Amino acid sequence: MNAPNKSGWKPEMTADGETIGGPPTHTGNRALMLDEALIFEIGDRNTTGVDLPQPDLAAPNRLGGLERKADIGLPGLSEPETVRHYTRLSRQNYAIDLGLFPLGSCTMKHNPRLNEKVARLPGFADLHPMAPTSTTQGALGVIYELAEWLKTLTGMPAVAMSPKAGAHGELCGILAIRAALEARGDARKVVLCPESAHGTNPATAAFAGYEVEDIPATPEGRVDLAALEARLGPDIAAVMITNPNTCGLFERDFRKIADAVHAAGALVYCDGANFNAIVGRVRPGDLGVDAMHINLHKTFSTPHGGGGPGSGPVVFSEALAPFAPLPFVEKTADGYELVEEETAGEHHARSFGRMTAFHGQMGMFTRALTYMLSHGADGLKQVSEDAVLNANYILRSLEDVLFAPYADSGPCMHEALFGDKGFAEGMSTLDLAKGLIDEGFHPMTMYFPLVVHGAMLVEPTETESKAALDQFIGAMRSVASRAIAGDESLKTAPHYAPMRRLDETLAARKPVLAWADPGIV
Amino acid sequence: MSRYFTEEHEWIDVEGDTATVGITDYAQEQLGDIVFVELPDVGTVVEQGGDAAVVESVKAASDVYAPISGEVTEANGALEDDPALVNTSPEEDGWFFKLTISDKSELEGLMNEKTYAVFVEGL
Amino acid sequence: MRYLPLTDADRSAMLDVIGASDVDALFVDVPPEAQLDGPIHGLPMHAGEMAVERHMAALAGQNMAASSVPFFLGAGAYKHHVPASVDHIIQRGEFLTAYTPYQPEIAQGTLQMLFEFQSQVARLYGCAVANASMYDGSTACWEAVAMAGRVTKRKRAVLSGALHPHYTNVVKTMAKFTGDTIADAQPAVQPKSDNAGLISRIDDETSCVVVQYPDILGRLPDLQEIADAAHARGALLIVVNTEPVALGAITSPGELGADIVVGEGQSIGVGLQFGGPYLGLFAVRDPKHVRQMPGRLCGETVDAEGKRGFVLTLSTREQHIRREKATSNICTNSGLCALAFSVHMTLLGEKGLRALATENHRLACIAADALAAVPGVRLLNDAFFNEFTLLLEADARQIVRDLAAENVLAGVSLGRLYPGHPELSRGLLVAVTETTTEEDIQALAAALREKLA
Repeated sequence: MNAPNKSGWKPEMTADGETIGGPPTHTGNRALMLDEALIFEIGDRNTTGVDLPQPDLAAPNRLGGLERKADIGLPGLSEPETVRHYTRLSRQNYAIDLGLFPLGSCTMKHNPRLNEKVARLPGFADLHPMAPTSTTQGALGVIYELAEWLKTLTGMPAVAMSPKAGAHGELCGILAIRAALEARGDARKVVLCPESAHGTNPATAAFAGYEVEDIPATPEGRVDLAALEARLGPDIAAVMITNPNTCGLFERDFRKIADAVHAAGALVYCDGANFNAIVGRVRPGDLGVDAMHINLHKTFSTPHGGGGPGSGPVVFSEALAPFAPLPFVEKTADGYELVEEETAGEHHARSFGRMTAFHGQMGMFTRALTYMLSHGADGLKQVSEDAVLNANYILRSLEDVLFAPYADSGPCMHEALFGDKGFAEGMSTLDLAKGLIDEGFHPMTMYFPLVVHGAMLVEPTETESKAALDQFIGAMRSVASRAIAGDESLKTAPHYAPMRRLDETLAARKPVLAWADPGIV
Repeated sequence: MSRYFTEEHEWIDVEGDTATVGITDYAQEQLGDIVFVELPDVGTVVEQGGDAAVVESVKAASDVYAPISGEVTEANGALEDDPALVNTSPEEDGWFFKLTISDKSELEGLMNEKTYAVFVEGL
Repeated sequence: MRYLPLTDADRSAMLDVIGASDVDALFVDVPPEAQLDGPIHGLPMHAGEMAVERHMAALAGQNMAASSVPFFLGAGAYKHHVPASVDHIIQRGEFLTAYTPYQPEIAQGTLQMLFEFQSQVARLYGCAVANASMYDGSTACWEAVAMAGRVTKRKRAVLSGALHPHYTNVVKTMAKFTGDTIADAQPAVQPKSDNAGLISRIDDETSCVVVQYPDILGRLPDLQEIADAAHARGALLIVVNTEPVALGAITSPGELGADIVVGEGQSIGVGLQFGGPYLGLFAVRDPKHVRQMPGRLCGETVDAEGKRGFVLTLSTREQHIRREKATSNICTNSGLCALAFSVHMTLLGEKGLRALATENHRLACIAADALAAVPGVRLLNDAFFNEFTLLLEADARQIVRDLAAENVLAGVSLGRLYPGHPELSRGLLVAVTETTTEEDIQALAAALREKLA
């Protein structure tokens, strides 16, 4: 097992397993561990970090009598205080820039800085979405070029670029399916989702007006083809299947499932959240998919940004292409054209409508295209191969200490799934996760998928070196053996993070969702 | 007054034509710390087995079903301010709602305290 | 390949541990007919940083950057100066490359920032609670309509004719699938908003009235009157704001009776970015509506030692717990854009935002007068903040195209926003911000004078 630190140093705990020793400090800070107050506590109404002309409040205005009378109550800080405030806050965050971030189904891979540089070129960043298209040909060219990459990588004939995130993409796909079914006068009512599906799948289907029913799984963690076929019928609109699935397995029977679904007059939605496992190696179009969203912030490395923004383009089969939403970019003899409500005309009259104000997440398009060009067809194939190799290495290096429910189902794809079976009484997946924080890692996805008790879904991605994986495996083995042995100090972990465990019950029982004191600022 | 139980872990106290409904001690223990209870509006007509309320912990939301059909006459306002009552006093102060009984025969399919205890034992 | 650290020696050592002969053995579950025998055809091979940058820079070079010419476009996306420190902070890896703060002990940076952001937005909108952000203003607008349906248990939304037409289209698209009825309208081209017409469309089945403030033509509708009329019928008032800087100068929607306030936050900190990513803002005036809100919420709590900290909370509204019964299928927020907004807003503060708003309005007044003095140009608005409508004695769309060829980006024509409505074709929306110089205004006036002569 690897030592936590190459020199062999370990932080000391006191006998009660609680805190690092040492005298108390006047500030409560400890060297580089700095607490930071809220802007409402350190800022005030008369401080600003920008230089603007002093307003002449007596000057006449044309605000129609609606001029603001009451103060807003916004605190201001000078520029150095602002930079310091956010820099201090930033240091309380774990990030992929700091280390391995094994959140299953989230694909936390390295975010190349070239992508950031390119997205900030004035020709992209300083461009208005409604500028005349004669002045935005390069931007429309990016959208077009990225669309071509996505179509080629998936083997699908059409793509909608405007969806703003994965769940928005799912919605786009399901709305296109419903529009296509309605266009043929076929009012089907039910969408089938596996139990292991991400919550957005049933939420999306329900939003689109469908009843949601579960698809049963086989003991080896895949869709039960026979049970699915038995349920297919004239009331089924679509099946939504994640492939590779959320147990980290490739749906071996996907083509057969798709054929059966099509034979029953329904359509196939593939959740593309796990596309990173197969990008460049397998084209979903060859598997009979009708619609699939692609999370540019997963597979194509646009940064997660602490929870967004994402981007979720959707590729479509021929059957659904005519129903894709507006706007989109077309190439004509005169250059690129933006097809909107006005120009959709006869050739796109069946579009189901518009999902967002403008053209989608342009800032993510430039980053994703930069990433694709960097990797190329050969590099993307290597990406999926390394992602799958890394996950299998973790699976086989941990299966002797952690329960791996599908270890006998063959190789995993880009993520390895474990459960809490074998932990000592009272020890949980949460405890292991918090112990991992003390080891300097962000924990894996916990309690998802729901089909495995105390699930731990580990996705290392291709970003990690063998040395990084070995250190993570060592940490996992150590924490897992403590959970199995019933080490009580795990119940109170993390001990070394900027915060101890937070009281989520209090937060939900007595919600405090905004700074409420009007007096301070 | 007699108390009945459902397989979904609701209890129901019947007194004449009205009944009081809550969730059992076993249910609150499974759910953990209750943070919110969504109660039906007075006047809502509920059907046996249909959704009547929602009880939430930090990481889960569970539907509470109507043990029998009837019209809601009162909801326990105390739970709005103090949802923890469901944890501390699930089968008394932490009751959810009262309703009129529209069909007494529906009570026949429910369990009594003893059979419910056996049922829980078997889980 | 510079982003992939594994060496061939690593790969074969790892395959040994796994017990696989080669990497193909790991893809054994993929049916042979779906396996490709080499890199996908039709795409280039990998490329170095310099070559990629060259390719992308060439594409960027084909665009007319807003700051390179006199620029007057708005209509829901505004060009403002973003202080250099904003972009510096959002590029810190700890913010840029973090995930959603699901492990609060090691995500307090993002969480505290979100709490501050929610507080800033709530105050700006005159509301009690704001969420941690939505995709953009248009999707937030639809989510507000859906929420009003849940609160009122009604399914008919009345949209002002002066709501951004793209927002209207998003709402109508979604409503087609949910079975909601959307009563929309075209804007009445007149100096004041048509409040009476809007109010006359409210009935006892109405879940909400949706009003943009300032509206798509730049006018400032009297929200109080609409709020009273909506409330009298048991409907909610949803106010949509696409220019948050305006709220430094005009009374907040919450103070005027709005129940839900949504908007686009792009003006503060985010930049134009050809339409995205942007920042959907969402707030409610009455805290009792919080449980019907969509999207993430950050709340205050304490840790095991009693120290104040922040967590994502009230998650039972969301799809990962409630699945098909969730308030929305949204699974993200616009986190990094929210950070940019919050940093910029902190730099501004009360004093800076009010000065910024005043400066925008001052320059807009100068521009309105200068442009209205051009023969063939008439100013429509009685009142406006930093955007107004001009009526030209010509087709505005053609004028915009012609002026673009002369390196003047004159504004957004109503013809572009409302295709198929010839009665609106002479309208030109002109936005003026603190980035607009008096020389820019003179350049636009001169160009219009020449074209309309």
